[in-house]
Amino acid sequence: MGFPDRIERTMELAHPPARVWAALTTAEGLAAWFGEEAAIDLRPGGAAWMRWANGYSVEMRVERVEEPTVFGFTWQIEELPEEDPRRTYVEFTLEPAGAGTRLTVVETGFAQLPEDAYRKVYDGHTEGWGRELGEMAGYLDAR
Amino acid sequence: MPDEIEAIAEQVFAALADPSRRDILAALASGGPATATDLATRLPITRQAIAKHLALLTEAGLVTAEPGERRRVRYRLRSAPMKLAQQFLAALARDWDSPLDALKEHLDRGA
Repeated sequence: MGFPDRIERTMELAHPPARVWAALTTAEGLAAWFGEEAAIDLRPGGAAWMRWANGYSVEMRVERVEEPTVFGFTWQIEELPEEDPRRTYVEFTLEPAGAGTRLTVVETGFAQLPEDAYRKVYDGHTEGWGRELGEMAGYLDAR
Repeated sequence: MPDEIEAIAEQVFAALADPSRRDILAALASGGPATATDLATRLPITRQAIAKHLALLTEAGLVTAEPGERRRVRYRLRSAPMKLAQQFLAALARDWDSPLDALKEHLDRGA
């Protein structure tokens, strides 16, 4: 079946990276082609959102800002329930190509660990650390 | 791990491919845990067929039998495999082609 964890698209744009960067990372730019309304706090950890006339909206978190080459953010997976904590990561890479820009978008994280498998790994680590630390304490106490 | 995830998602899609099993899962999702007899009164499916489908769904990990006396065993939906299948669908539903076309148009318009 092939579980798609990663989506990748590359396109050539006849505009310099600075213009493409502005379209991707400003509220005006995002509202012009992606959302219908947008806001963005352009710094790692900054909040951003986009809204559409049909009432749909998406919350984003800015992750990477390396003007004018890399812009990355995480966002909710719209098909999952609102309270689901999982996020996919979207990264735009801009490379000069002649007078224009080669733009690559990569979205990853669709095949994240299911909740119960994650629990198993996490609980295993937690239990392992507890044991190790207990052993260390016992060793120190014995001295 | 990816193989295991795929195997789980595959079982969800196989389960959903059958209309009777879809009805059973939908009934458990909307009405909560139920016995085979409850389901037989609610759905246009015989009790024997329901028992057979429930056995298959239990085997696939999509429903789980609550402990209890044999005829009174209630089955409940397990949502974890569904969430996993949802992730698969989310990847298929993510449409980058339309926004990227819009980006190109936006930049060309402004040139």
